[in-house]
Amino acid sequence: MAVAFDEMNGPGGDLRQAYRELSRWLKDTPPDALEYRRQEAELLFRRIGITFAVYGDSEAQERLIPFDVIPRIISAKEWTLLEKGLKQRVRALNMFLRDIYHGRDILRANIIPDDLIFQNPVFRPEMNGQDVPHEVYVHIAGIDIVRVNAEDFIVLEDNARTPSGVSYMLENREIMMRLFPDLFARHRVAPVERYPDELLSALRSVAPLSASAEPTVALMTPGVYNSAYYEHSFLADKLGIELVEGRDLIVKNDEVFMRTTEGLKRVDVIYRRVDDDFLDPLTFRPDSALGVPGLMSAYAAGNITLANAVGTGIADDKAIYSYMPDVVKFYLSEEPILKNVQTWRCREPKDLSYVLDNLADLVVKEVHGSGGYGMLIGPAATKATIEAFRDKLKREPEGFIAQPTLALSTCPTCTTSGLAPRHVDLRPFVLTGRDRTTIVPGGLTRVALKEGSLVVNSSQGGGTKDTWILDE
Amino acid sequence: MLSRTAENLYWLARYVERAEYLARTIDATLRVTALPTAYIGKTNEWDSALLTAGVSASFYEAYQEANETNVVEYLSFSSDNPSSIRNCIEAARLNSRSVRTALTSEMWDTINSAWIELQEVWGKGTSTREELARFLRFVQETSLRFDGSAYRTMLRNDAYWFSRLGLHLERADNTARILDVKYHVLLPEEEHVGGPLDFYQWTSILRSVSALTAYHWVYRETLKPWLIADLLILNDTLPRSLASCYGNLVRNLDQIGVAYGRQGAAQRHARGVRNRLEHSHMDDIFQHGVHEFIQEFISDNSRLGEIITKQYLI
Repeated sequence: MAVAFDEMNGPGGDLRQAYRELSRWLKDTPPDALEYRRQEAELLFRRIGITFAVYGDSEAQERLIPFDVIPRIISAKEWTLLEKGLKQRVRALNMFLRDIYHGRDILRANIIPDDLIFQNPVFRPEMNGQDVPHEVYVHIAGIDIVRVNAEDFIVLEDNARTPSGVSYMLENREIMMRLFPDLFARHRVAPVERYPDELLSALRSVAPLSASAEPTVALMTPGVYNSAYYEHSFLADKLGIELVEGRDLIVKNDEVFMRTTEGLKRVDVIYRRVDDDFLDPLTFRPDSALGVPGLMSAYAAGNITLANAVGTGIADDKAIYSYMPDVVKFYLSEEPILKNVQTWRCREPKDLSYVLDNLADLVVKEVHGSGGYGMLIGPAATKATIEAFRDKLKREPEGFIAQPTLALSTCPTCTTSGLAPRHVDLRPFVLTGRDRTTIVPGGLTRVALKEGSLVVNSSQGGGTKDTWILDE
Repeated sequence: MLSRTAENLYWLARYVERAEYLARTIDATLRVTALPTAYIGKTNEWDSALLTAGVSASFYEAYQEANETNVVEYLSFSSDNPSSIRNCIEAARLNSRSVRTALTSEMWDTINSAWIELQEVWGKGTSTREELARFLRFVQETSLRFDGSAYRTMLRNDAYWFSRLGLHLERADNTARILDVKYHVLLPEEEHVGGPLDFYQWTSILRSVSALTAYHWVYRETLKPWLIADLLILNDTLPRSLASCYGNLVRNLDQIGVAYGRQGAAQRHARGVRNRLEHSHMDDIFQHGVHEFIQEFISDNSRLGEIITKQYLI
């Protein structure tokens, strides 16, 4: 594996421009002062209750995501490029979804094989031919970005269903501003605090035509036991909208209402953080207690906007991912600005045999997996693990893709043995409303806290950092 | 507001109030039982504590004997007792999490911090009287902080009123339960007034509703059972009296009615109960039976809870 690109010290150890002030400040700040601030930050997180639940972890039902107090910095120039690339990518995702559930030009042009769509469990036949308000499918996208050098931003994963993490972007900033006012004074950091405002106006802009001039928006959560519940309540609070559960909603005459102390009140837009499968027991899983019976028929009648739309999973599927550069070209006739990671599709015999021959060097992921579960990181795995994986792969090749092990870029991070480089990724949040796409300058930087680890997922020991986009 | 939000706020306030009441009851019982037997007689005060908490039946399914260790454990730390202090705090925290958007950060902070702090206590309980006393004080202080935060920081809208409804309904229930269990020591017929036995019983009653000092200020008298009953039932200057709770319940329900432009069964029922309290005199109550009066009140009060639930919370 190549030596990782360090975002502060650059190739060859040349301090990069964006980190100049930070580097100076770090030299002036004694390590115990950093440690003290770190403890203070942790206390704040716990008191505010910014916790997440790890499924299957009964010992610690609510855990803190470790927060690293050293910010990750991106220059204005880099951001401009990234922003352009993200907007392009999300535009293509939306056009792709509209096409897949309507004309299917992209299938007729033989760019994506039919069975990858129709055999795919996240494809929703219920959405065939159904118009969604204002043709927006992915209102909120979280695009996972990694870097391997100073020039390129590479998309690791598109999250077009119910991406989470934006509350950390906002809370990390709040806490950093409280703990390090002096450090902010030395930088011109673009603010992120208008995200809730942007989100609300995007959501209101896509209200169905039957909504009143002042559409009612609600945020739908699976409930207090969901791992991202804190974020749901945080966003509902910041947006000033009701945080509803399935049992708060009722469908009557194809309209959706919430039960209030003053009787039923119509809802026009639902920012739902509930998976497709659980939305409506009449259409999807009949055992879902989280959903609202009849919601899909109100959706079909055009009386409710669901954000994100139903069926967007087909766009962020890992098998579809490998086609994204072609998808961008097909719909926009533009060269993709953001690169893809080279991906071998194990469903294709030629790719499979290459993957089987090189398992020790590759990362193999489940097509439908997420959260960093069920993947093989070749270089870090034991022989036995690799062999077990080989059997799995042979049994069900279409369930997997493989990618080279990327030397994710590193950022200086507080560790028990002082500052040290740790691998990071970045999830910016892209909002699409009726007629514009916006990105608040920032995102969630996740950091793999274990030395050498490339897994940044919070469920597996990853932490977060505040992400600074410099304004000049 | 969402019915579920209102329901959560209402129950949140009830749980916090109940936790405080339990802490007070245990505290008062500890004081009485620390006295020599000559002063308190042969009644088992721990049994009374279970009765006033309304968990006597379930307690005896799990324990043989109502002694200090068992009852303190059951009322404070047991996770099997749905109304233990522990479960009240757990439920309050869970409710708070569900309705975070309707709470002010001060209210959330109070509940969340207490919950974090008490995790340790749940693990190992309290091993000494001092620790127990500290724990009971902490629970009472949490309730005070929560109540104070709500009072000082909440918008005066339906969220606040539903929270107050829970508080006053629970409070009325608690006061009525003490009276229900202890009414016999308040009966004026048993005139061995001033005997040490009764004196400590009376003190204990007043202490569990934090009204011992108030009594002296209101009546400027030595403890008299009928005055104690008067204070707890009819005197609307005492925040924990039935009359005061109903004055507040009526007011909060009226505020909701005005805000929503609509009144209903809850408003009518609450006014009915308050009017009865307003027009009652202690003499009549004693004449017709304190016990019957209290029993009727408890059932009226829980009826109000049902009506509020039906009208607003589901």
